[in-house]
Amino acid sequence: MDLVTPDLGLLFWTGIVFCSLLFLLAKFAWKPILTAVNDREKSISDALELAEKTREEMKSLKAENDQILKQAKAERDEILKDAKSTATSMIDDAKNKSKEEAQKIVDAAKDSIRSEKAAAMAELKTHVAALSLEIAEKVVRTELSSDEKQKALANNLASDINMN
Amino acid sequence: MERVVKYFGLAFLIALFSFQAIASEADVAHEAEEEFNVSEMIMHHVKDAHEWHLWGPEHGGTTIYLPVILKTKDGIKTFSSSHFYHGDIIHDGENHYFKGEGPAEGLAMFHEKIYELDSKGKLHFENGHVHGNVKPIDFSITKNVTSLFIGSFIIFMMMFSCARYYKRNGAVAPKGLAKFMEPLIVFVQDEIAKSHINEKNYKRFVPYLLTIFFFIWINNLLGLIPIFPGSANLTGNITITLFLATLTLILTLVNGNKNYWSHIFAPPGVPKALLPIMIPIEIVGIFTKPFALMIRLFANITAGHIVILALISLIFINKHEAWGALSVPMALFISVLELLVAALQAYLFALLSALFIGAAVEEAHH
Repeated sequence: MDLVTPDLGLLFWTGIVFCSLLFLLAKFAWKPILTAVNDREKSISDALELAEKTREEMKSLKAENDQILKQAKAERDEILKDAKSTATSMIDDAKNKSKEEAQKIVDAAKDSIRSEKAAAMAELKTHVAALSLEIAEKVVRTELSSDEKQKALANNLASDINMN
Repeated sequence: MERVVKYFGLAFLIALFSFQAIASEADVAHEAEEEFNVSEMIMHHVKDAHEWHLWGPEHGGTTIYLPVILKTKDGIKTFSSSHFYHGDIIHDGENHYFKGEGPAEGLAMFHEKIYELDSKGKLHFENGHVHGNVKPIDFSITKNVTSLFIGSFIIFMMMFSCARYYKRNGAVAPKGLAKFMEPLIVFVQDEIAKSHINEKNYKRFVPYLLTIFFFIWINNLLGLIPIFPGSANLTGNITITLFLATLTLILTLVNGNKNYWSHIFAPPGVPKALLPIMIPIEIVGIFTKPFALMIRLFANITAGHIVILALISLIFINKHEAWGALSVPMALFISVLELLVAALQAYLFALLSALFIGAAVEEAHH
């Protein structure tokens, strides 16, 4: 029966010891420990949250960067394309122009050659005519230097006329 | 602060050892003649005592004599319990008791209870109980009280050193003792307090729940150590469990809100005609819950001690060492089981306290 009979003395000491233990632990142990643990938990969760946020930001930033890069690439391509076409057209233009120029030069050269040629021909004709006249004069003179020759010529001429 | 704690520790140790008086070994023959009484031996070990027996025969072995503090009609008397244990053993039929000597003159101790002797200098027995003798109020530093001091001191030093770790290092990952204690502390805070008491109120009760959890756990473990500073059946003492259960009851009653009381005096959805039955049942229910707490802890821990002692007694009942081959492994098995029970009972006590408090502070939600 003793076993289940509470004892006043023990109850008294238990009361004193437990209550002081509760007070001391609450003040010197539980409060600092729980504060530290909960603060740490909070700082960890804050850090995790921040990391998550940063990751999100990074993601969006990256997406933005990608967008920008893509745009830049597209722009570059366009510019290159433009430049190429401009260059091509410029080259074509230049080619055409130079062709034209060359043609013009060639034409001018041809014209001048033709006119030179015509002039030369005209001069040649004159020269030939003069030379033929001179030759003819000399021939006539030699042909007509004696009577027999005059006669022979006359005959010759007469035979020519006959043939007509 | 550190110096204060060291000072406290030193004072405690001095106080502890100043009560210690080691007796010489003697008087073995008388013991051996007596029949080995298992139930008496077990009860003796499970109950409180005024000495802390270390080794050697029951009387005259090596013992720490603890101080006796009595409040008699003549005022407060303080002396060493050796004045009983060294006194004469008086046999009165089946009963025998110690007659005090020196400062304990006029007093006698029967089954660790102290009585005043009558005018003839005797105790009167009726059916094996003392009858008619005045019983002074006993505030002695008994074995359980000493164990209570030691256990509380250990808990305080442990937790204080944890707290100091955090103070020194700030909110970092813990090392050493703090590393071991932190999960338990966080467990009590989150799994016991937070999940059974509502968000608004749970913080107030965390220190109490932590204290009872560690108080019960550490004292349970101390009780499992077979020699000083363990072996006292502190948490298996009805006084301790009564005190702890009463604290939970008081916390429940003091913190009970309108919703809690309305569930007792006007249970919703109960027909008016049933109220005369329901209200007494509910009122009884307030008390049965902490009563169950008290009995559960007391019975579990005491039973563990009794089983281990009974198994060891097998050797002495059969009077042959060979029985040790059976009783020692079994006692070892039970001891290991008791390690689990020690933690489990601490958890259960804290958990159920949290549940009862949680029910008392619960907000109406229907």
